[in-house]
Amino acid sequence: MKMEFEVRGMDFNRAGEAAAQIKKALQMVGMKIETIRKTVIVAYEAELNIVIHAHKGILSAVLLPDRVQITAADEGPGIADVSLALQEGYSTAPPHVREMGFGAGMGLPNIQRCSDKLDIESRPGYGTTVTAVIINRPGGE
Amino acid sequence: MAVRPIKLSTIKQILDADVITGGELLDIEINSGFGCDLMSDSLCFSRPECLLITGLTNIQIIRVADMIEAKAILFVRGKRPGQEIIRLANEKKLPLLVTNRFLFESCGLLYQHGLRSS
Repeated sequence: MKMEFEVRGMDFNRAGEAAAQIKKALQMVGMKIETIRKTVIVAYEAELNIVIHAHKGILSAVLLPDRVQITAADEGPGIADVSLALQEGYSTAPPHVREMGFGAGMGLPNIQRCSDKLDIESRPGYGTTVTAVIINRPGGE
Repeated sequence: MAVRPIKLSTIKQILDADVITGGELLDIEINSGFGCDLMSDSLCFSRPECLLITGLTNIQIIRVADMIEAKAILFVRGKRPGQEIIRLANEKKLPLLVTNRFLFESCGLLYQHGLRSS
């Protein structure tokens, strides 16, 4: 099963809708609770990263019996230093976004923490593609 | 004080809170609380069915509450959400309360009455 959502930059009213749809689908196919929890965090953070930092992007989810793959491909400024962006507390979010409770530099670290495999490809000036895999472990309730 | 669930109506009473929406759901029992002013931390560190205690009143707090399956949101520091946020909370059957007390004070009082961390 594959799901795909268009995400627009700075559209905070609709932000999170794609992650919510992905959560519903995971529940419908009977994924383990822990898989759902981790995937929701990855999908929401990835979606919000597009909203906060990019002009637009596509958030997609591939649901397989043993794993979920979340991909966020955006057209945006890209990430100059990926290892720096993965450090907790590092953020380039503007002040008005921080006032909304975002931009504490936890987005990518949270994605990394909840993923079993994470790949970040970025071309500064063009965009970023984040691909995360979450394993659906049998013991994950 | 023993650790025990607290009814939403009791929480309203303890914090002298106003009910913004979900007045018909005040009988639900709350097992744990999570106090936070950061979206990512609310999403990552809270547990399902908690009372989300926050000063954030933008629409994303409803989305986060929905994703973590929070039972209700308590807004602190007298912060009141706008109509669009109330509408979305109604749609999701998520009670919203507001208290004039600060985050620390609200969490402290609820802890004193037996509520524990999410």
